[in-house]
Amino acid sequence: MDAGAETTQFETAAADHDLAVTRTRAASFDSTLDGIVEYPAVGVSLPIDGVSLAETDVETTLTPRKLDAARTGVTPVSFGIATLGTVFIEGSADGAEPVSLFPERHVAVLAASDVCPELAAAVDRFGEELAAGPSSGVFATGPSATADMGGHVQGVHGPSEVHVIVVADR
Amino acid sequence: MTEESRRQTAARIRDVMTTDGAAVNEQVRNLNENRYESVAAFDDYESSRDRARKIKERAIEDLPTLIETVTEHVEANGGHVHVAKDGAEANRYVQDVLDEQAGETVVKSKSMTTEEIGLREHLADEGADVFETDLGEFVIQLAEESPSHIVGPSLHKSREEIATLFNEQFDPDSPLETPAELTAFAREYLGERMKEADLGITGANFVLAESGSIVLVTNEGNARKSAVVPDTHVAVAGIEKLIPSIEELHPFLELIARSATGQDIAQYVSLLTPPVKTPTLDFDRPDQPIDASDDDREFHLVLLDNGRTAMREDPHLRETLYCIRCGACLNSCANFQQVGGHAFGGDTYTGGIGTGWVAGIDGPDATAGFNDLCTSCSRCVPNCPVKIDIPWINTVVRERRNHGKTPDAVDHLIDPLVPDQEATGLDRQKRFFGNIDTVLRLGSSLAPVSNWALSLPGVDRLLESTVGIDRRRSLPHLATETFASWWADHQENPDSADTTVHLFVDLYTNYLYPERGKAAVRLLRELDLSVEVTPVLPSGRAPLSQGMISTATEQANEVAEALDSSIAAEEPVLVIEPSDLALFRSEYSKLLPTETAAKIEAGTVGILEYVTPLLKSQSEIESGASGEIVFHSNCQQRTAGFEEPTVEALEALGYDVRTTDVECCGMAGSFGYKSQFYELSMAVGGDLEPQVTDTEVLASGTSCVAQIESLADGDEPPHPVELVEQAWTEHTR
Repeated sequence: MDAGAETTQFETAAADHDLAVTRTRAASFDSTLDGIVEYPAVGVSLPIDGVSLAETDVETTLTPRKLDAARTGVTPVSFGIATLGTVFIEGSADGAEPVSLFPERHVAVLAASDVCPELAAAVDRFGEELAAGPSSGVFATGPSATADMGGHVQGVHGPSEVHVIVVADR
Repeated sequence: MTEESRRQTAARIRDVMTTDGAAVNEQVRNLNENRYESVAAFDDYESSRDRARKIKERAIEDLPTLIETVTEHVEANGGHVHVAKDGAEANRYVQDVLDEQAGETVVKSKSMTTEEIGLREHLADEGADVFETDLGEFVIQLAEESPSHIVGPSLHKSREEIATLFNEQFDPDSPLETPAELTAFAREYLGERMKEADLGITGANFVLAESGSIVLVTNEGNARKSAVVPDTHVAVAGIEKLIPSIEELHPFLELIARSATGQDIAQYVSLLTPPVKTPTLDFDRPDQPIDASDDDREFHLVLLDNGRTAMREDPHLRETLYCIRCGACLNSCANFQQVGGHAFGGDTYTGGIGTGWVAGIDGPDATAGFNDLCTSCSRCVPNCPVKIDIPWINTVVRERRNHGKTPDAVDHLIDPLVPDQEATGLDRQKRFFGNIDTVLRLGSSLAPVSNWALSLPGVDRLLESTVGIDRRRSLPHLATETFASWWADHQENPDSADTTVHLFVDLYTNYLYPERGKAAVRLLRELDLSVEVTPVLPSGRAPLSQGMISTATEQANEVAEALDSSIAAEEPVLVIEPSDLALFRSEYSKLLPTETAAKIEAGTVGILEYVTPLLKSQSEIESGASGEIVFHSNCQQRTAGFEEPTVEALEALGYDVRTTDVECCGMAGSFGYKSQFYELSMAVGGDLEPQVTDTEVLASGTSCVAQIESLADGDEPPHPVELVEQAWTEHTR
């Protein structure tokens, strides 16, 4: 399966799990992001060639106060899973975990080349990282949810909306 | 059990049905249906189960090594490991961690293991403020109740009850009402607690020994916050949660959410190799830039034994340790669907697998309040992602509970009826039902006098007070002519027959429903087969369902001897009663030597399983039969996978067949006759009732026949072989 087909499969699966997906190219990343972010927003740097938060209004110097006030958190994701619409967020020192978790909207930025075909491949990929040294992260699939209050509700301790931007040419 | 204690049990079950029943029923059946849908859409279900099972078998085998390995790796990463022999030791350890940092606020994500040891209560007693952050667990904490389900601890509570609880406890500006309002309030309230927390406690769904990683599976995101926001994280996990490495994780991730809620994957699967690099958040210093470089993260893994090592050494309880706590056995249990874990479970672990956990941790007697709610219907078995034989665990624990008690003072009343192999002290009701063969034999030798005697005024009360048969339940009538005596006059086989089959004559066919046996003989002869019948023997099913394993073993040996020559001659043994066939094919492997059990498994076949291909291969069916018909298959028959041939036979004859889809009718074995369970049994039947009214119904199991007869208020549904024989005779000439 080529990267384009995997991205399409990722989009379909994401829709089933209540994630919104927007495809863009590196050159138009800033404007795509601006259309999706609600401000104030916090973010961590994006390790994708030609993609950066430097020229956007997303705040990258994090403090607890800014994190608490942010309506959107922007993070990179290490990889996605085509069959599930899942993204893997690394528990890194720059705070991707809290930024993806506290604000009500999470914008996950994924390079199309980082879409794994399915869960087994994604677990293997994390296994490779683990073999290299202690490593942590979370497979996140859609908004946080509960059925404990007598009905299905999205947005509990984690975000109520998850938006994935797939950078198609990376 | 005395009449008085049976009455108390009935009252307790009735109470729980009144308070929890409706909410539990709706939620649990919903989860069950979601699981069926999700599993049906997952092609690798069976292969994932096989892999998961093998990994667990191996991990429990290698447990001491895995404990060493994980200790080495967690310590190499900079964390601490403590193996606690019991709950008190685990609680003390966590208390020490909290004391060392002079902390007082603790956030905790849902963990049945911490529930098992009462960690929250312990820390609170020592002065800490402990907040459950999973919303279901938070509700339970506020209500000061115990969980009613291992996945959804508060699913017995309706939205209205939760709203009332929140409004009373927190007195918000405007009363909370909708699920969204309640969730928003809890999120806000618990969000503040997480920001203040000094210590985060989680459980672990899996622990990966070779990297020292823990895996947390949640939907809400509370475990993520509890684990990483405070600078100290304690994970409490039973030692059975260890698997070797990330390489073994995949099948469990495919199975756990599917089995629990029918999701492809849970919202969040955290893989943490602590101490994690994620920076801690100090909301007391809100403008200090977040930076992981000066963090002083601490991680403690508490591995809890609390009886698990002994369970590992116990050949029957060992399988319990394979459990991944998905709750599928609860959701697929007809009795659990009506009462939930407040009647069907201990303080922490509930439902089918609850017996294994509670017996392992607190001893078999601690299961006395709920173990008998497992009817061995077996519907949980194909739904367990790690293939645990849950009914067998329940049977073994029942046997252990049965013995070692003071003999019943009035045992002599029923002693003549109970030539069993059991030690003294067995509950009289259990002995009665476990020796149903003797009851039927003696009753039958006096029929019709016994039928007349049973209808005498006061006899129903006597049966209720002595052996606990509910007086509202009508008893089946003993046949005036048994199958065996009919057979004595009908032994001539077709001259042209060159194949011989043997009909296994079960107790019920012989004493209660000889018509189904006669129909079987006629049908087989129509198909040009020579029929022999086996001696009337109890299969062992009745004592087994009472936990009378020695008696069941004795009976299994007699059956093995009786079938030996037919099986040796490779002549098939055809079985009419599905609960017996399921027994031959599964439980006999636990009662008999492996080779003998394998021979019986291979040599026995369901009557319609055998006949259907023959019917279909004969071209002269005119499809004259028509109309809609409902077939209620026995639960064990569905589990063992021999429901389909009956449907095919009926369809081949021209019927439009609908099968029932509730898990169980509520009678399985003697369950529905027992006075303490009568109301529960009828409530379970209530789910079946709409499916078996207004259309002609067939039922294969003897117990199911009795239940459907009571539900439909009258007619006894025939066994499918009776209709097949009739339709075949009418439409093939």
